[in-house]
Amino acid sequence: MTTNLFRMNRDRARSLLVNGAIHTVLIAGALFMLFPFVWMVFGSLKSYNEATTAGFFPRNWLISNYPEAIMVMNGSKPCAYDAGNPFAILDQCLILRYFANTISIGLVTVLGVLTTGVLAAYAFARLKFPGRDFLFIILLATLMIPGELTLVPNYVFMVRFPTPDSLIATMLNLDPNAQIRNWVDTYYALTIPWIATVFSIFLFRQFFRSIPNELYDAAVMDGATHSRFLWSVVLPLSKPALITSAVLTFLGTWNSLIWPLLVTNSAQMRPIQVGLAAFITEAGTQVQLLMAGATMTIIPIMVLYLVLQKWFVEGIASVGIRG
Amino acid sequence: MAQSAQTISIQNSSPARAKKSWRGKEWFGFLYLAPAMIILTVFHIIPVGYALWISMQFGTIRNFRLACADADAIAKIPESFGIFQNLLACFDNYNRALQAPEFWDAMKTTIFYVLGTVPITIIVGILVAYLLFQKIRGRGVYRTIYFMPHVISTVASAIVWAWVFDPRNGLANHFMQFLGLPIQQWLVEPDGVFKLLGEFFKLQVPEWAEGPSLALVSVMIFSFWQSLGFDVIIFLAGLTNINVELYEAGRIDGANGAQLFRHITIPLLAPTLFFVGVISIIGSFQAFNHIFAMNRMVAQPLGGPLGATRTVSVLMFNTLYAQQRAGYATAIAVLLSILILALTLIQFKYLGRRGEGA
Repeated sequence: MTTNLFRMNRDRARSLLVNGAIHTVLIAGALFMLFPFVWMVFGSLKSYNEATTAGFFPRNWLISNYPEAIMVMNGSKPCAYDAGNPFAILDQCLILRYFANTISIGLVTVLGVLTTGVLAAYAFARLKFPGRDFLFIILLATLMIPGELTLVPNYVFMVRFPTPDSLIATMLNLDPNAQIRNWVDTYYALTIPWIATVFSIFLFRQFFRSIPNELYDAAVMDGATHSRFLWSVVLPLSKPALITSAVLTFLGTWNSLIWPLLVTNSAQMRPIQVGLAAFITEAGTQVQLLMAGATMTIIPIMVLYLVLQKWFVEGIASVGIRG
Repeated sequence: MAQSAQTISIQNSSPARAKKSWRGKEWFGFLYLAPAMIILTVFHIIPVGYALWISMQFGTIRNFRLACADADAIAKIPESFGIFQNLLACFDNYNRALQAPEFWDAMKTTIFYVLGTVPITIIVGILVAYLLFQKIRGRGVYRTIYFMPHVISTVASAIVWAWVFDPRNGLANHFMQFLGLPIQQWLVEPDGVFKLLGEFFKLQVPEWAEGPSLALVSVMIFSFWQSLGFDVIIFLAGLTNINVELYEAGRIDGANGAQLFRHITIPLLAPTLFFVGVISIIGSFQAFNHIFAMNRMVAQPLGGPLGATRTVSVLMFNTLYAQQRAGYATAIAVLLSILILALTLIQFKYLGRRGEGA
């Protein structure tokens, strides 16, 4: 009895010790993950002198660095708000423009990826037509192509493709001054090449195939067509896959740099990453402004992450399991 | 997670049963495929062939000249090749790339980068995932924090890290001072880390053993910070998929924690390990965004200081963007792609089978 009790206590002490050790390691790791963010926020509140010479904590919390960073990003012009024409602020205020660009590019891309992906995946998972499996294998093979390889050819396409609107305007002679323009520095270049991904097709196909055939038989019995079945049965059942793909696609668009860097020239077309990269040059040595700029771009995605973290984390995890 | 396991088990039985309900050919399937197929064909499949064609061109994007039509390029190939002389001249860009010291330097830098980031991130990733997998309190919070750097845009976090590595008032140097070590130039230090270590211990390090530059190592530290959470999440999912009964059986047989880890966790985690390995190696070979942003932050030319952070991707981008030499840039991209493909296939061949077996 006493030995048992002694043993219980010993085990308990041991597990407490082990738990303590685990937590120590994990907390140290968590601090390593978090300290750059703290350093960034503190840096954004310091004066230039403080940021370049003094210690860790800001002395006089200079919130004014934020409006100043916005001004510098704007080419030293303040962001004027006109109540009569509220959307004009997107042309006046570059940081808002960068955000609006990124968000609209992201939404269009996500919508495109979901639409093209769902349709193609349904065809691969549920329809029977000649060449289906062959086409699927070809698509899977393209997963092996590194992005670098298609970068230059796609850029050449952007230089040589005419935009649909300018083409129509010229062909129909709608505007005597109309000129054919290429895709460089347009939203076409920033969205169209990315509105279909093999990854999403693959993910959706896996999901669609898991939906029991009995459901389809029942739907046919009720007189449903394939499109009706897809819309009313398959899609509601596939929400997890759709959300995973939407989150990962949006994150990919939000973070992309090399492509938008190549295909945008004017400040008005920049997504936030390219805008921030340009801001590095604009702010020069004013490091406190750079920290303020970085903080402003991080906040929205951080909030999105904390709200939707289940989908971020499980999306990534499910990719790992399926892959 | 439970759901994904379920989907996989159902999906295995569906094709056999599905056959019964197929009647005739559903040709309209092509209609469903069309939008995705058109986009993927134009922007992902055709460009592969077109890349090979561009890699044989001189000149700029707006006016290409075929390399085989260039007298200088033809003159480089010995006449003894006869009718192949013109054909071989088409590959002049490859020839130039393979003979350019900067290409091989970039290759060396890339390989240093891959070797210095992938293994350590994977090892630490598995260990952290294993710790989180022990029914520990606050697991969700840790997971959220570790994964955070992966979500934040690379440009923003690279700006912050470049400031952490600032030689004058960066956190990294404060830390070095705290440890009583000499302060460093970090991102603007082109000298090799082993050379610097040698100087510290007053040792002469031979030139071949200087190792990656401190600038590149700083980039690697950033990359470790950024990608650790990704590996942790995937390994954690892999661990969750391992049957708990195996551990119980192991414990009954008297195995301790380390033995369980070695003989149950690692073998069963092999497929996940394989997946993460392939993804990380491919990703590291394409390293660009953070190098671009960090170089800019420390006012170095892209790939600086003195080419210390010029990976193959950076070299390619510079050739295209700054020098406008599209053909040469594409030849570099093709060479890089061949290397990545070969590595992926080797991994599939030697590791993939082990992964499947587990």
